[in-house]
Amino acid sequence: MNRINQKLKEDKKLLSIYFTAGYPNLNDTAKIIHDLEKYGVDMIEIGLPFSDPLADGPTIQESSTAALRNGMHTELLFEQLRDIRKTVSIPLIVMGYFNPVFQYGVESFCKKCQEIGIDGIILPDLPLDVYQEEYKTIFKKFGLINVFLITPQTSEERIRQIDAVSDGFIYMVSSASTTGAKTGFENKTQTYFERINAMNLKNPQIVGFGISNSDTFSQATRKAKGAIIGSAFIKHLTKNGVEKIDEFVNGIR
Amino acid sequence: MSYHANEKGYYGEFGGAFIPEMLYPNTEELRQNYIRIMEEPSFKEEFNQLLKDYVGRPTPLYFAERLSKKYNTKIYLKREDLCHTGAHKVNNTIGQILMAKKLGKKRIIAETGAGQHGVATATVCALAGIECVVYMGEIDIARQAPNVARMKMLGAEVRPALSGSRTLKDATNEAIRDWINNPVDTHYIIGSVVGPHPYPDMVARFQSVISKEIKKQLLEKEGRENPDYIVACVGGGSNAAGAYYHYLDTPEVGIIAVEAAGKGIDTGESAATSALGKVGIIHGSKTLLMQTKDGQITEPYSISAGLDYPGVGPMHAHLFKSGRGEFISITDDEAMTAGLALCQLEGIIPAIESSHAFAILEHKKFNPSDIVVINLSGRGDKDLQNYIDYFKL
Ligand SMILES: Cc1ncc(COP(=O)(O)O)c(C=O)c1O
Repeated sequence: MNRINQKLKEDKKLLSIYFTAGYPNLNDTAKIIHDLEKYGVDMIEIGLPFSDPLADGPTIQESSTAALRNGMHTELLFEQLRDIRKTVSIPLIVMGYFNPVFQYGVESFCKKCQEIGIDGIILPDLPLDVYQEEYKTIFKKFGLINVFLITPQTSEERIRQIDAVSDGFIYMVSSASTTGAKTGFENKTQTYFERINAMNLKNPQIVGFGISNSDTFSQATRKAKGAIIGSAFIKHLTKNGVEKIDEFVNGIR
Repeated sequence: MSYHANEKGYYGEFGGAFIPEMLYPNTEELRQNYIRIMEEPSFKEEFNQLLKDYVGRPTPLYFAERLSKKYNTKIYLKREDLCHTGAHKVNNTIGQILMAKKLGKKRIIAETGAGQHGVATATVCALAGIECVVYMGEIDIARQAPNVARMKMLGAEVRPALSGSRTLKDATNEAIRDWINNPVDTHYIIGSVVGPHPYPDMVARFQSVISKEIKKQLLEKEGRENPDYIVACVGGGSNAAGAYYHYLDTPEVGIIAVEAAGKGIDTGESAATSALGKVGIIHGSKTLLMQTKDGQITEPYSISAGLDYPGVGPMHAHLFKSGRGEFISITDDEAMTAGLALCQLEGIIPAIESSHAFAILEHKKFNPSDIVVINLSGRGDKDLQNYIDYFKL
């Protein structure tokens, strides 16, 4: 069974952390992954930086620009991850934008992910219909879970479609925003969390965007299975480098 | 085979909507409604009325006698430079502001490079009394001060795009991010035939008035609707899409697309997407774009800010790939020379974007009996400082 599915079965609220590969320094990738696992994080999203990250707010944009400037690229990330499964067992997800994957070749990319032991992929700008028509069989062939996003504006009908196509979890974007944009959740966000929870989807939901501390983490996971922290962790890295990752994780739960 | 978009927004293999889920409801609302709204009699009437009384359409189709003599062929100029605000851009913004009103939107956002589309958007927002925010790269704000001032006078807020390379592609990213953050009350007026479906098709339809008029005007002047060639410069490709639109599926009309070679295709300072681009995804569309081998989008260069875009609309990618269009790239120097020649032969100062289209007359030999229509997409007022610096005037 895919490590993501395994993890989702555990009887706890999951903490997933995103970081941009190649940031703050080009070769921090393995160290960050090791520390996140060591300090009890449940899942990791490894960001493959892109020049034009449309869905991201300033923090992740800047980390992406810096990572590219540091020299990060797809092949190098795969190189850095080559032996990662010798030492970690945490579910690993690659998150990025479609164009770099498309240039690498979707099939070659997925194959490489399988060789390394990547469990899932999140490509916000790969639309549902294109995935189904062109790429689903490839993802399946290499045992990769593709994660789709939903937002407060996503219609019920479309959520059901996404639920039907998903086989891991649904990435529930907390509000209409780019990453990192909000601090704290409004009442209407809670209403949205409850509405989705009441739909009894087959896939558990993990909330992302706007989660930055233990307060927002516990609010987000009141109904949902887990939550993803990105920008707040990037800010921690900007301030502290790859030190004190334990302090960051312990501050969340 | 048709060279128009299919119902999913594809031109051959190009187009579609490669957008994050956050944008799905916005574009879906537009997709489901745009054709229906455009075909409503009340919409058509208001659109046509404004094009006539406000924009000044139909724009003339002018027989350029001295230019024709020089190149020994029959050259007509479609005078989009005479549109209100100085370029074809306003055809699209008039259409989209009416669309936004029909959709009940209360706020408009747009991106701009040189500021032409920003000015055209600020103009229609003033006309409609709707709030307007224009994203513009920080570097472009510094380069294009007069257009920034125009937008402000028209009541728009100009927000600097501070990310990435701080030019047009980043302004577009910022506008898209704004739309993600304001999904309900805001309409995004894209400035060219780029972006996710339905934008390329919608913008092409609004600009198609250009070729609709050419057909009628050419019939009056020459007794035939079809020229032998239709020529336009291509940045994102909206003036070209409009000029080609009613000829796309008429193979006897030759389509010539003119891209900006910048300092030369092989210099690393170019914006000739068909020559330098590969298939990929930019701003939600699968098309040709300039990128590194790892799929990072690269920064183009052209003396003309309006052609300085690393991609090209999916219609044009398809015209290129299929061979339906002939693509020619023109350097800064060739364009500037051709622009000055037009001033002195015809008394018309063209936008530098449009000057690129004229420069092909030095490259391509036409027959004396050929009718060649060149789309003169805009006037040169906005480029005066560039012309002054270049020619040391
Ligand atoms: C006069 C003029 N022509 C052409 C363009 C290029 O845009 P498009 O290729 O969409 O027509 C611009 C863009 O600013 C312009 O101002």
